[in-house]
Amino acid sequence: MLTILFDGVAYGMLLFILAVGLSVTMGLMNFINLAHGAFAMLGGYLTVVLSQRYGVPFLLCLPVSFLVTALVGAVCERTLYRPMYGKAHLDQVLFTIGLAFMAVAVTDYWMGSQQQIMQLPDWLRGRTELFEDTPWRLGMGHYRLFIIAVCGLLTLALQYVLSATRFGSQLRASVDDARVAAGLGIRVNLVFAVTFAVGSGLAGLGGALGAEVLGLDPTFPFKFMVYFLIVVAVGGTSSITGPLLAALLLGVADVAGKYFVPKLGAFIVYSLMIAILIWRPHGLFTRQGGK
Amino acid sequence: MDARSSLLHARRFKAAEWAFWCLAFAAPALLPSHALMLNEMAIVALFAVSLDLILGYSGIVSLGHAAFLGLGAYSAALFAKFILPDPLLGLCVGVGASLVLGYLCSFSIMRGSDLTRLMVTLGTALILLELANKFGDITGGSDGLQGVVMAPLFGRFEFDLMGQVAAWYSIGVLFVLFVLMRRLVHSPLGASLMAVRDNALRARAIGIHVNGRLSLIYTLAAGVAGAAGALLAQTTGFASLDVFAMDRSADVMLMLVMGGVGWLYGGVVGAVLFKLMYDVIANITPQYWTFWIGLFLVVLMRVGRERLVRPWTWFGASRKEQA
Amino acid sequence: MSEFALETTGLVKRFGGIVATDHVNLRIKQGARHALIGPNGAGKTTLINLMTGVLPVSEGRIVLQGQDISHLAPEQRVARGMVRTFQINQLFASMTPLETLVMVISQHLGLGKRWWQPLGQRGDVVDRATALLTQFHLMEVMHQRTEHLAYGKRRLLEMAIALACEPRVLLLDEPVAGVPAGERDELLAIVAQLPADVSVVLIEHDMDLVFGFADRITVLVNGAVLTEGTPQEIAHDQRVKDVYLGQAHV
Repeated sequence: MLTILFDGVAYGMLLFILAVGLSVTMGLMNFINLAHGAFAMLGGYLTVVLSQRYGVPFLLCLPVSFLVTALVGAVCERTLYRPMYGKAHLDQVLFTIGLAFMAVAVTDYWMGSQQQIMQLPDWLRGRTELFEDTPWRLGMGHYRLFIIAVCGLLTLALQYVLSATRFGSQLRASVDDARVAAGLGIRVNLVFAVTFAVGSGLAGLGGALGAEVLGLDPTFPFKFMVYFLIVVAVGGTSSITGPLLAALLLGVADVAGKYFVPKLGAFIVYSLMIAILIWRPHGLFTRQGGK
Repeated sequence: MDARSSLLHARRFKAAEWAFWCLAFAAPALLPSHALMLNEMAIVALFAVSLDLILGYSGIVSLGHAAFLGLGAYSAALFAKFILPDPLLGLCVGVGASLVLGYLCSFSIMRGSDLTRLMVTLGTALILLELANKFGDITGGSDGLQGVVMAPLFGRFEFDLMGQVAAWYSIGVLFVLFVLMRRLVHSPLGASLMAVRDNALRARAIGIHVNGRLSLIYTLAAGVAGAAGALLAQTTGFASLDVFAMDRSADVMLMLVMGGVGWLYGGVVGAVLFKLMYDVIANITPQYWTFWIGLFLVVLMRVGRERLVRPWTWFGASRKEQA
Repeated sequence: MSEFALETTGLVKRFGGIVATDHVNLRIKQGARHALIGPNGAGKTTLINLMTGVLPVSEGRIVLQGQDISHLAPEQRVARGMVRTFQINQLFASMTPLETLVMVISQHLGLGKRWWQPLGQRGDVVDRATALLTQFHLMEVMHQRTEHLAYGKRRLLEMAIALACEPRVLLLDEPVAGVPAGERDELLAIVAQLPADVSVVLIEHDMDLVFGFADRITVLVNGAVLTEGTPQEIAHDQRVKDVYLGQAHV
């Protein structure tokens, strides 16, 4: 019983790390980036290649994935995304779908279309069982425990940066009103660039972490884009606690749904999302009048 | 009266339009070996035009329009297989089912931002996909619904293997629905829809019930998409899950953007161009079609989609860049 | 017919902790030329938004021609004759002035849902549209897309749209703000010629315009009514002068 909750939480935290960059980008630049999943895919493939072909230790692959993807994100932001900021949402949607198509095709070409198997280091492969003989059985896979720990730390770090650092307050100001922020002397372009880079980097890290749990193949961006969008749509774009709660809700609902009612599967998640969005069109957790 | 005649002039069929439709109807006779492709073009054009009603004329960004295509396809296919294989009745069933679903869904798109609408429409399409998948005993699941054999059209015209009857059938339905939509778009209702698209706030301030209009047009567009789906199932003989897929919704958006959003013929032109492009590229690099489509989208959006239909702006800045 | 065309009683609007509209009692007489003035941020546009239904009311009532409209949707209030213009132009970018006005008039006459008739079918509708275009000096640009119009012409169209709705109560939100001199005079002439049975509420900063136009003035400060009276009374009210501190030209 509790195992399902545990697995759901792990899944949810992973989704959060994957999607938080998208949420902040949407809130900050009012830009719908459907290619966000491609950055996650990049992180995943990078980790697989590094750990399997070059023997780089798994733990080291993670920060490398983050940094490389962040760098790629920064370059993309400057060259590809920035000219598209003011354009209509339709244009942004099609533009980023195009980017995602290209990323998928390139990955298919270079890496083949099969699922990539992630070899976890031994110390992450175990499983601990608690409360064995009770209905509250809690089976904790060590890898999932690791995911929760890493994502939890990252979440705390993000929250800290947002609320206690100068960059964080500049970011929050820019999200609230970019024009006024610029008028106050905040270098909004720099804030955009750094935020996009970090968001993409986190996606890459999430992709690396999630390769074992979610699977990794060239269709990853499209398969999971829906989930990221659900997190953003339901969680809103005006905070990071909103997407966090939305991601956890989504994670638990998905795992529980697939366990208890396998015939309906993802149907539950989509219906839940639609119901929530009809009730609260701007997301569950936005304040009144938010984007 | 100069003002009045200018308004009425917009509504009249132009010479070029007459020529186009004559050509369209002649095509299956002139190019019998391409009848199947013509049939597909007509169906896809109908789907694209239905999306234009909500995207181009009402400003609703939807990634789930394929939901109605799929529902139309499956309901027509099931009707033909289990009840009555008459094509026109099946068409009505497909349209009817999609009208109902469209009406129900229209409540979900009224509120919220573009992202909300995107998600709700996408979610609906995905739910239908899941449903069609899970209830495989009726729908054939991931294998699709096979063996849909149609009775002769009007009791006389058998659907032949060459596809000519199918092509005429689809082109005919396309024409009829197109004429009706064209009428709507040039009417006071059409004008009010454009007002809602341009400025919903002001539309409300002049007394337009914005939600009611959005619901109306969304329902109608769903019905037309349902017709396209019904045609698809009836003329190809089967219905499969990918009719609900996001690529379908994305493809049709691309077609519309290529042909021109906010202009009914944009859907038709875009569909034709898209199909031709697909055939050409698929023959050269069948595997990496997505790459070239992706590149095309990126370049097109970057450059500005209105430039596509104005070749003189391709090299050098557009005159009307920033007013 | 009730004495007042438009009345608000104890109108309050709160945004979280902020009271944007503070127990406002406003009474607009039939056929009035009533001006609403106050420093920036006083809540004038918020009040208009409350009266037209764009913002929901926190407390209080709004009565139009004797009927309580406090909970009606914006489009329903328009149907009862309350029409407004916007401080920042709210136009239909892709439509021409001719199309815009024909559409608005069709809508007003209840033809908005007719899909089988062409837009220009009804001669009377088109005639009324061309009459408005002439009155607002928009005839020469009637075939240009609104997005390509100059600012002054847009401001004229902004008001033309409101008049096309044949209002009983007209709320004008800074109609001449930022308008070049030529079109300004045109607009002012049109405002002066509005029919006597239309009650007009005018928000303005330009005191010459206010004192030349209004027969009654309400002064709004920090969301609450400071005072109300004839132009003479307001001109000599020390509190009003204090509030404006040199911005007025009395």
